Order: sequence, then C-alpha cells, then structure tokens
Amino acid sequence: MDMHTLLAAVAGEADWIGLRYVDERSSHHAFRDGKPAGHEFQVDQGLMVEALVDGHFGYAATQDVSVAAVRRAAARARALAASAATLGVSRFSVDQRPPASGRYRSPAQRPFDADWTGEISDILARACTAMKVSEQVITTVAEAIVTECEHRFVSSNGSDLEQHFSLVTSTLQATATDGAKIQKRSGDGGFTICRQAGAEHFDRDIILRQSERAGREALELLGAEDCPTDTLDLILMPDQMYLQIHESIGHPLELDRILGDERNYAGWSFVKPEDFGQLQYGSPHLNVTFDPTAVGAFASYAFDDAGIAATREHLIRDGVLLRGLGSAESQLRLRQPGVANSRASSWNRAPIDRMANINLEPGAATLSQMIASVERGILMQTNRSWSIDDYRRKFQFGCEYAQLIEDGRITRTVKNPNYRGISVPFWTSLAMVGHADSVELHGSPWCGKGEPNQVIKVGHASPPCLFRGVEVFGGDA
Amino acid sequence: MSWVLELEDRFYTAGERLFASLTGDEALTLNLSAEDSVFVRFNGARVRQNTAVEQKNILLSLQKNRRSAQLSVPFAGADDELTARLRQALDHLRRECGSIPEDPYQVAYVNNGVSRQTLDGALADERHIAGLICESAGGADFAGLYCGGPLAQANMNSNGQRHWFSTEQFFVDYSLYTSGDKAVKGLYAGREWRPAAFDESLNEAKRQLAILQRPVKEVPRGRYRTYLAPDAAAELVSMFSWAAISQGALLRGQSPLQKLASGEAALSEKFTLLENFTLGLNPRFNSLGEVSPEVLPLIEAGRIRNLLTSSRTAREYGLASNFAEPSETLRSPEVLTGSLGKERILAELDTGLYVGALHYLNWSDQMSARLTGMTRYACFWVQGGEIVAPIRDLRFDESLYDGLGNDLEALTNFSAVVPDTGTYEARSLGGSRVPGMLINDFTFTL
Repeated sequence: MDMHTLLAAVAGEADWIGLRYVDERSSHHAFRDGKPAGHEFQVDQGLMVEALVDGHFGYAATQDVSVAAVRRAAARARALAASAATLGVSRFSVDQRPPASGRYRSPAQRPFDADWTGEISDILARACTAMKVSEQVITTVAEAIVTECEHRFVSSNGSDLEQHFSLVTSTLQATATDGAKIQKRSGDGGFTICRQAGAEHFDRDIILRQSERAGREALELLGAEDCPTDTLDLILMPDQMYLQIHESIGHPLELDRILGDERNYAGWSFVKPEDFGQLQYGSPHLNVTFDPTAVGAFASYAFDDAGIAATREHLIRDGVLLRGLGSAESQLRLRQPGVANSRASSWNRAPIDRMANINLEPGAATLSQMIASVERGILMQTNRSWSIDDYRRKFQFGCEYAQLIEDGRITRTVKNPNYRGISVPFWTSLAMVGHADSVELHGSPWCGKGEPNQVIKVGHASPPCLFRGVEVFGGDA
Repeated sequence: MSWVLELEDRFYTAGERLFASLTGDEALTLNLSAEDSVFVRFNGARVRQNTAVEQKNILLSLQKNRRSAQLSVPFAGADDELTARLRQALDHLRRECGSIPEDPYQVAYVNNGVSRQTLDGALADERHIAGLICESAGGADFAGLYCGGPLAQANMNSNGQRHWFSTEQFFVDYSLYTSGDKAVKGLYAGREWRPAAFDESLNEAKRQLAILQRPVKEVPRGRYRTYLAPDAAAELVSMFSWAAISQGALLRGQSPLQKLASGEAALSEKFTLLENFTLGLNPRFNSLGEVSPEVLPLIEAGRIRNLLTSSRTAREYGLASNFAEPSETLRSPEVLTGSLGKERILAELDTGLYVGALHYLNWSDQMSARLTGMTRYACFWVQGGEIVAPIRDLRFDESLYDGLGNDLEALTNFSAVVPDTGTYEARSLGGSRVPGMLINDFTFTL
C-alpha cells in the first residue's frame, strides 16, 4: 500500500483530503495462579478518509485499502461533509490542517521477537508463584499487554507523517483471604505502569520482586484496621496521583467538554472559557504541563492526528489556570489557545480533544519531609476505585493500601482507604510536592470518551503530594 | 446481494476453507463482528462530526495440543488477499501454540447447533439524517449521537457449528439543556426511522425540561427517601456485571457479592434479577457458540439462584455451565417489576429525591457491596408528593445490601427497556429491562 498513490486517486474529491492509516498489532498474555488464562493477539488495520467540503469535515473509514475502496470511502466522506456543510458547529478550513512532515519512533531498545511469547509466559507464570507467599493468597494474576502501532498521515496540502509507537503495560495482583476477609494488592499499580518501550521493559527480577511484595502486602492488609473516618492530611503516592490528575485536572480542561461536545456522554466541565488566565485552580505549589515530548511516557508523540506538531505547554502555573486541552478546531471555536491533542483511538474514529501526557511538575520536598510535617494524616497508594461527576467537581477515590501518620511518623497500615473532595478546593489544599527524583511515570491504556466512544492511551507523571485536611473514610468490613 | 447476505456467504466460505486446512490435533472457532455504521454527533442542534465506518473483524481461536490462542484480523479486502491473511493468521496461532504452556481449563469446541436470525430495518438515508435531526431539534439546545446501519455477529467452528445474527438498527441518544446547566436525557431507537416518533420523543423531553427551569434547591448530604427512575436503576443493575454476578469472580475472591453468596447478607425479597434473552436485544449464542437458556434466574427474591457460569469456569471448578460469556457479564438482564403504579410514585415518595439517572458508578467497598456514583440529568426535590425543584448533583455511597435490601420499599409495576448504546471499538448489542425503584433511605455523601 502506497499512501501517496491512494492520495493521488482521491485528492480532488473535496476542498481538502486527509488519509490517516493505522496498523496496530497487540498481544495480551494473561496467567492466573500460574496457568494460562488467555493469549490474545490482534491485528487492527484501516484507513480514515477526511474530506473538507464547504467548511465541514466528513469522515469515512475502511479496512480495504485498495484504490477502488479508498475512492468509495472518499466519496462517502465527501457526501457526509456536504450533507452537514450548512449545519456544522463552526466553519473550518485547512488552517486546522496545516501541512506538516516528520517522523517519530518510541524509544524501544529491544524488539519483541519470535521468542517473546515464550519469554513473557515464563515471566508471568513465575510472577504468580512469587505472589503466592502463603496459602492465604488464593488468587494470583499476572498480565502483560504489548502494542506496536504505525500511523501514517498524508494530505492534499502536503502533509506526510509517519509515527511508530511501541507501548507496554502490565498488572500483577494478589488476592488474600482470612475467613470472610478478602484483600487485594497490586505489585505494579495494576496496568498503571504504562510506557513507550520495548521488551527491555519486562525485567524479570523487578517483576518477581514486585510480585512477592504484592503477596506480602495483601496478607498485611488482612490483619490491618479499617481506614478511619476523619479529616486528615493526605499524602498520595504517584500511583494514585496519576488518576487524581487525570480526572480532576485533565478532563475538565478539555476544550471540547467546555464547548459542550461531550456533555451527552462523559459530561461537561466546571471550567468556563473566561477562567483561562484567571482561575486559581490550586495552591501555588500546583504546576501542570501537557507534555507529549516526555521520553518514554505512554502518550508521547511528535504530531497529533490533525498533523499539528506537539509541544510541551504549561496548563497551570503556580496554581493559575493558563491553557486548556483543545485541538486547532476547538481553539478556533472557543478563541482560546490549546495544544496538539486532536487524537483518535484508531483508524475507525474521528479525532477529538484528548489528554496525552498531563504531568504534575515536581517540587522540592522529600517524602520524609512530607511525612514529618504531618501531625495526623494518612498515606495512600494504588488506585482501586474512582468516580467523579459529569462536571468534574465532586470526586471519590479508593486505594488499595494506606498507612497512618501520627506526629510525623508512619505508625500502622490500614485497609479500605477512601477519600472524597471537590476539585478546586482539593487542589487548593496542596501543601507539598515531591522533588524530581520521586517522580514516577504512570498512565492508563483505557481512557474512555467521545461519541462514538473511544478509548485512548494517556500518561501522567507525578511525584508524591501532600494535601491538608481531606475527608477520608474506610469500608464497612 | 445485500451487505448481510454477501458477508454471510463470505464468512462461511472462508471458514470452511480454513477448517479444511486444519491438522488432526487442531480445532478452530471463528467469531465475526461486522458493521457498516454512520455516526452523527450533535452539539447545540448542529453537527459536530459525522463519520461512516465499515469494519469487519474475524477472531480465530485455535486449540492445538491442549494449548489455546486467539488472533483477530480484518475480514476485508479482495478474496485472494483475505485468504492469504487468514492462512497467515492460522499459521501465526500455530507458532504461538508452540510457545505457551498447556491450558488445563480448555473447553473443547463442540457442535452446539445451527441458528440464524436476521432483522431488517428501514433507516433514514445517511445523507439526510443530519438535516432531519437538526430540523426536528431546532430551537432546542440538543446534544447527542445518531448511530445507525447494519451489524452482524456470527460464529462457526470446525465441528460444524454455525450461528448468525444480523440486524439493521439505529439510536439517537441525546440530551436537551436549559439555558443553565440542567438537562434531560432522551433516547429514540428502533429499526424503522419514523419522524413523528422522534418528534414525540423530543416533545416528551421538552416537557420534562420545563420543570428543570425552576430555581435549583441545594440539598445537603444525608439520607433521603429516593426514587430511582428506570434509567437510574438500570445503571445500578449494570454493576452486577462488574465481577459481581460472576461465578469465577466469586470463587476467586473478586466478587462484591461474597456475603450474599455465603448467606451473611441478603437483598430484598422484592428483588429478582434474570438473564432474559426473550427481550430480543441480542443473540443467545456466546463466543463459543453455546446457546444460553432463554431465561436464567440469577437472584430470586433476594437470594442467589444462579451465578453466570462460563464453560471455562465450570471446567475449572467442576460445576455446570450456564453458557455465560467467558467474561461472565450480563448480556440481557431484567429486573422483575413490583406493584407501584406510575401515578403513585410521587405520593409514595412523599418527601425526598426523584433521580432520573446515575453516572460514573464504581464499587467503593467490595466486601460490603458498597457503590458510589453521582446523580445526573433530571433529578428533583419532592415534598409532600409534589416536585418542588431540580437539585444540584449529589454523590451517593450506598451498600446494595441496604439500597436493594431492607431499604428497597417498592418496585414500579412497569419497566423500561434501556438499549446498550456503547460504541467502544464497535457497536454494542444488548440492553436491560428494569423498573423504577423506591428506596427508603439512600445515602448521599457529597
């Protein structure tokens, strides 16, 4: 398949034509209690034709990439664009699809070769064994997902982009029981260690150590007290911070949510257009960036799916909201600056405003200093429950593992920790931010949004953070 | 030849060709998922994006030497190209089966029979649908999604099993907004586009919207008598698919219904949950081609009668399968109705909250089957049996053992079919039928 041949065949179909081809190959290996629980492979290939007609983009997607089939798809995209040209939310132009050319490749060192399935199967099976530190550990699960994805984009005004992504993530989880008590603990955050990397990511020794720790901490939780119901200072570790950032900063700053595109599905946003440059979103310790340039982060890329070059931008500086997450189309509609975040989940969806890597920038504190500054508090690790309203105000999160802090010292482990709050007051209570050495890269392969629905990969880097006076509570068991 | 007939013929032809190439130690199951869809997204009664997607994917599941592996590839392109791709896919799986350990819980592929169901539709022309909807919605702040076109799911295996299901259908999943931030939800779905029926759906939503124009009442956190309209109740019931009603999840310590299963806790005698394929929203065959019972009681009068049990779980734990999907999630749930008539809902609620929809649910404490989530869309404060005012959205945090247990006061004598409008990767089939629920004390925490 030659993209330029296909483009030449359809370039005259509309005022502007773009062809975006995606070839994604993934494998998902799962073991439970050391035995195979699934070896699933997927090849997903197809092409999206974008046609601009009288100021409106129409889209048509096909898996058949013959010239004849792409011609049919282009005619369909043109007809759809024409059918809504006088009904569109805005009048777009090629200004939202400027010509661009370039290449991007994930920083993978070791390829996934023909021996990969055997190698990862052995690691995962052994991880299950390592998690089973006691007969009380009744279930062990180890899974790995590897995705290699090639994106090509050409357009009638000269764009020519090629990006190759190599993406990895995994989970290790132990479940322990003592009579009616059941507790689960993840060794690696449960599909939150998400990276752009090659086979070198799956270090056998590290995985086995994480697995053994998951088993031990699941047992430890069985004997722990329940998290108290109280208002306490709260330290969140990076494997919970990533989701706090994602849900209460990332989503509300998406310009398409602010514009109302998303309000029939995932929801609107409490952020108003006039808040940019004005709203004190959090304490002066809060600095948040959109950074698709971070090496090895899960959602790094050089160009978004509209062909816009991706650059690092501050969204929040010293607690003040500066910029939203919006594509060139949303920027035109809202008359606000945005970022290069027009992203589609695959070839079969039109791009919409998405997060990429949304990171909380490091501060100066060590974890020890944070703990020492707390008289009555709690440290929570690893998300296990999440919920937030459709305006992204009222959230509630639960974690797997927590430790009480009394008089500047960690005293004991507690189970079933939860906390709740409201986005801006919560970020205003941010009192200390961990230093650069404590930053961890996390993310998610499954951020859902859009109509039709799309899941996309996001990355979030953060250090541990301390919040003052947060409502915390436990379970009923 | 129609899209459906051509696809059906191509699927069976390609399958037989693959089966003919199998060796004696191999068995193969094929699952086809295909659609030719148009999606039109609206905001402010104008078109945000409109997209056509034709996609057909085939999942090959190979068993060889007691190993199992699966590969999904596009089922598209010229005949010779497709044939080559499928042969490569089979060879790929053969190689992978040489690298993995034995699967002790492998479920042998058998012939579970042959079935065929096709449901024709009469949909609006894809070149006109945007204009039709914008015209009907004109004047309203309308946001939502039209989704329509044919879709097919099929299964065949190397032991002669064949199942085919195809339908041509659409939905408009939408919401209307006040000049503030209040909204009502609407859904118009079917197999035949009837403009008058869509207009009636919009008019009903507009009537509800009028009540939302009233000043908002701030409701402090606390426990309130609460009526969950069928849409809200369906959201609650959907959580039974989050590892709750799964046999495997229960046996592995993952289910939030451990206490219900052990008898330590119970749900209300008023609560009965079925898997009911007579709703006709999706096929009865699963991805193994097994045909599920037409009706399977899961929770009967508050007690577990059956858990969804896949053949793989059955094999692992020595149980009987009820032919659930390997994920052991609900495909066609129904909650049986009660006695509360529509006209008595507000009077019986008396003073409390009328909740039109719930949003973003998650287990907050699995051991106590406690759920958290938000109210959304048309939600009102009711006093003395009268709707007083819309409310600001509230967060709830409530155990099913309370909300669907002792505090479940009544179920309505009617229920609503709530189709699955999910479109992640591909269009979903299925849905649920759930009545409204009157709950004595429902806990709102934020």
